[in-house]
Amino acid sequence: MALLHVENLRVEIPLGQDTLHAVRGLDFAVERGEMLCIVGESGCGKSLTSLALMDLLPRKARRTATRLSLDGIDMLTRSERQMCDLRGNRLAMIFQEPMTSLNPAYSIGNQLCEVLTRHRKVSRKDAMLRAAQMLEKVGISNATERLRQYPHQLSGGLRQRVIIAMALMCEPDVIIADEPTTALDVTIQAQILRLIRDIQKEFGLAVIFITHDLGLVARIADRVAVMYAGQIVETAPAVELFENPQHPYTRGLLASIPIPGRTQPGQPLGSIPGLVPSLVGEQHGCAFRNRCPQAIAACAQDVPPVESTDHMTRCLFATPTSGPAAHTALRHGGALS
Amino acid sequence: MSGFLLRRLAIALCVAITVSVISFSLLHLSGDLATAIGGPEATSEQIEQIRIQYGLNKPLVTQYFEWLGDVMRLDLGDSFFFQESVYNLIASRLSITLGLGAMALGIALLIAIPLGVLAAVKRDTWIDRLALSIAVLGQAMPSFWFALMLIVVFSVTLKWLPVSGNSTWAHFVMPAIALGYYATPAIMRLTRAGMLDVLNSDYIRTARAKGLRPHTVLFKHALRNALIPVVALAAVEFGFMLGGSVVIETVFSLQGIGQLAWDAIARDDFPVVQAVVLLIAVIYIVLTLLADVLNALLDPRIRVK
Amino acid sequence: MSTTTSSSLVINDYQPPAKSVWRTLRASFGHRGFAIGAVLLMVILFAALLAPWLAPYDPYTQDVMLRMKPPVWMANGTWEYMLGTDKLGRDYLSRLLYGARISLFIGFSAALISGIIGTIMGLLAGYFGGKVDAVISYLITTRLAMPVVMIALASASLIGGSLKVVIILLGCLLWDRFAVVVRAAVQQIRDAEYVASAQALGCSTLRILASEILPNLVGALIVVATLEMAHAILLESALSFLGVGVQPPIPSWGLMIAEGKPYMFFSPWVIAIPGVALMVLVLGINLVGDGLRDLILPDGRN
Repeated sequence: MALLHVENLRVEIPLGQDTLHAVRGLDFAVERGEMLCIVGESGCGKSLTSLALMDLLPRKARRTATRLSLDGIDMLTRSERQMCDLRGNRLAMIFQEPMTSLNPAYSIGNQLCEVLTRHRKVSRKDAMLRAAQMLEKVGISNATERLRQYPHQLSGGLRQRVIIAMALMCEPDVIIADEPTTALDVTIQAQILRLIRDIQKEFGLAVIFITHDLGLVARIADRVAVMYAGQIVETAPAVELFENPQHPYTRGLLASIPIPGRTQPGQPLGSIPGLVPSLVGEQHGCAFRNRCPQAIAACAQDVPPVESTDHMTRCLFATPTSGPAAHTALRHGGALS
Repeated sequence: MSGFLLRRLAIALCVAITVSVISFSLLHLSGDLATAIGGPEATSEQIEQIRIQYGLNKPLVTQYFEWLGDVMRLDLGDSFFFQESVYNLIASRLSITLGLGAMALGIALLIAIPLGVLAAVKRDTWIDRLALSIAVLGQAMPSFWFALMLIVVFSVTLKWLPVSGNSTWAHFVMPAIALGYYATPAIMRLTRAGMLDVLNSDYIRTARAKGLRPHTVLFKHALRNALIPVVALAAVEFGFMLGGSVVIETVFSLQGIGQLAWDAIARDDFPVVQAVVLLIAVIYIVLTLLADVLNALLDPRIRVK
Repeated sequence: MSTTTSSSLVINDYQPPAKSVWRTLRASFGHRGFAIGAVLLMVILFAALLAPWLAPYDPYTQDVMLRMKPPVWMANGTWEYMLGTDKLGRDYLSRLLYGARISLFIGFSAALISGIIGTIMGLLAGYFGGKVDAVISYLITTRLAMPVVMIALASASLIGGSLKVVIILLGCLLWDRFAVVVRAAVQQIRDAEYVASAQALGCSTLRILASEILPNLVGALIVVATLEMAHAILLESALSFLGVGVQPPIPSWGLMIAEGKPYMFFSPWVIAIPGVALMVLVLGINLVGDGLRDLILPDGRN
């Protein structure tokens, strides 16, 4: 049984008279110890998805789902008070901007300890010890020294490590990482990525890693969910996805990445023509159809997912088994931002 | 940090001196002091006598520097009217005004900060609107009128509080309210704005994601950062209250330096007026400096610089 | 800061098209505060402008036989003297209406004078920077360090209170916020491209100030002007209350409160009525000012 079950997750934001359907019926599950990457371009709704899981959506947004459970706990019916008990404790989150995610007025130690003292009955002294341990785990030396420092005294990479340590303090079951490396230098990115993967292995965590970077996905993902316009259009184990992408969007994305050894110097990278459709108002049919080279009239009806063993695709043309035809439609790809 | 502070102190000193120059010139240039002291009955010889006695026949600039020199030695001259040194007059009454100001500020903060937090948390609801309405109404009332109305209600009708005098703390309640409410809207607005700003920030999102209870998020994380500018504003408002004490103290006969200033003004008692204006200007300046220092102390990001 | 907004493209599509003056005007009446303030202000403006026709009596006519009549809603009140009479038997309603003229006139004039002074100072400081800015900033700091009420009281007392004196005095004391706002705005605009191109074309400094910079300040100026107008009205009422502002028999509301003070224990309406009038006026001005600020300077916090 999967650790985290999400069925038909929807997020709607009222905009005056209309409604923005930002997240439109997501289904996915995460196993214990699994790294699920949710990939998509900016604006596809992936950040809102993570906030929806934590129930931290902005005030105006409305969340609905058929099922949202963590280790058997039904999160849909939990009161705010009960959700507070879960957050930071069994379900932790890491955000994108390390520079602003820590409170400038309190020391690192203070902010680390308060997670532990909030959820566990430990003395402050013990909490500090644990905090120092955690800092070392995330690769910060001079831990006791660092505990007394303030966020502005640390670099971006260090701050992100602290934030990861903070997420780990109560040894949660699931960590949601919302583009944790996007705001960092490339070299630091690599370090943090490695750190997250190592931590995951060591603690046996389930990680939902949200990103727009397919290259990153290739490096760390166990499973991948591709999001487009508020929906998951394809889910598969990582290897399967890269070898046998079924959805035209996924194919387009893959075609837009330079592949060392295959892409010739000077060869133009593919791009997906058209724009993301507006998600305001009622939505019907495949959201990708206005940009899809294979679209037919039937695509205007709601598209049921095509399932095979481990591979879900929301496309009429998806073949349940892999086939060579998959690679031929790669004249168009998508430039991700 | 100390270099910065020193520079600020130097400027502050210059400003204080400039203010004293302005008030000095204002008083001496707007009329013949000797005639004013002498009164309507005085003969021209008597006026001449007065002029020599008070050194008013010397050039204005000389008079100023003599006065400035005296001030440096804390010799503020003698009151024309009271036959007492200005220093004594002020010293005996300063504590009353300071006490009034402190109480007024306290009341203002006690009302404004919770209101501001409430308005921010319940943003765009009727509570928010009500708080803003209270703020707006508060700024529209003339303080002396509010004072009079308070007297009518609490002294005359309800007979709860005394009208004038300064012997018990009860005498200070109405004056403090009348003086303090004017600062309430500004403080409330700043608190609300600060809270709204802070509540939108990433570190609050992190705090929530850690599962901290709402009141912890609000009071430990949000308020601590949102109140930094409020502290600075409070210091400055305290200064304004000292200046505005003139009217309130007069209405309530509190015998503080505000009332002293007014009595002196009414009687053309220039040394007193001069001294009080200078004193208040100096206090303002000190408070502004204090506000900056507090800002630096409270915001760890600035402290490092 | 927050990453929680969804599809940026979609949200951007949703912005209304560029605002026109008409739209702004319509929007301003949607702003509840502004609407209420505007109504209050217009009522008082109306009362002030039409005072000669609205007032049932001459505000200066005294009749000792008729002194201290209560307003119509109290025991011995009559409709003949709707708001009662004051200690000299003058009709309160008439005095109130004419008092509106005084307050508005003073508020407007003082704001105008201080506005001119402050704007010039702000323009010079913002545009030229350097030493000019240093001097003017110093002057602003000095002015901010002065206890305005006391200085106003002292000066008014010395020179002798009168309508003219009050206006000039307040005009000379209330320019600081104008200067600060204008200075900040000019500094922002100064480095903008269209100023550089004007300079490149050889336009004189004065011309640049007048034609490029000033028009962009109008919004901010109006907002500050309303605030300082309210400030001036409140200060004048305090000055008149203490006897060094407008002199009797002119019907300044502050003066009316002072004149009524000896009677306030038995006839509180004598001080209540002018005070409420002041409050309504200042409230109206403040609401309009705040509303304008929200509409014209949506991102400003001052």
